[in-house]
Amino acid sequence: MKFGILVNEGPFNHQASDSALRFAMAALEKGHEVPRVFFYNDGVYNANKESEPQSDDRNIVKLWSDLAKENGIDLVVCIAAALRRGIKDDALPDGFRISGLGQLVESGIANDRLVVFGD
Amino acid sequence: MMDDWEDEDGPEVVKKFLYLNRKAPYGTIYALESLEKVLVAAAFEQDVSMVFCDDGVFQIVKGQSTDGIGMKNFSPTFRALEGYDVEKLYVEKESLEARGLSEDDLLVDVEVVTSAEIQDLIDDQDVVMSS
Repeated sequence: MKFGILVNEGPFNHQASDSALRFAMAALEKGHEVPRVFFYNDGVYNANKESEPQSDDRNIVKLWSDLAKENGIDLVVCIAAALRRGIKDDALPDGFRISGLGQLVESGIANDRLVVFGD
Repeated sequence: MMDDWEDEDGPEVVKKFLYLNRKAPYGTIYALESLEKVLVAAAFEQDVSMVFCDDGVFQIVKGQSTDGIGMKNFSPTFRALEGYDVEKLYVEKESLEARGLSEDDLLVDVEVVTSAEIQDLIDDQDVVMSS
């Protein structure tokens, strides 16, 4: 099955990003496809390469980058949501790109399921 | 990737997108950013429905002013939805009643439905985005 994922909350403040990551990992492990993860609302804060959690904590931003690299996942950050929060191209970690909400609609159309993480 | 679903004649695939709005219009950004998502899905000519329930019913209450809080009043955008062919607006009856509101208090034409009817509506969708 092909899953699109939508992340609506910032990392650390809320469990949504962790849950989305774990969901993506589990889906891939079971042989499903995750072509794209879309970041919206405060979810765009997942795309901040300056994030430096303490060394005994999980590094959510790096986990996204690594997962995307290993599995060819398209990590897309909504441009309107990103700009109003100060996330621009030079903030992006490896594997992330900024684009429009059309990429989310496309994710809903092209995938079998769109799974939403957040409040 | 995934660019073969649209051609010059319009969308090749039309799916049913439901936006479930559960939060008050101000206090958090969820309502405003949900509306932005709705407009883009409509621009992509998808079959869009919106449900307002819980405090989400306050999003479409008439006579709002944001003068005191310095935020943009986005009530007019709800009135513009018709122009984007977003005409399937549903409001949960129980949520309206619990807040002492009726259909007359709302700034757009809606269909008032029960919680059970909303379950059926959700069942009928391809994509549901809640916020």
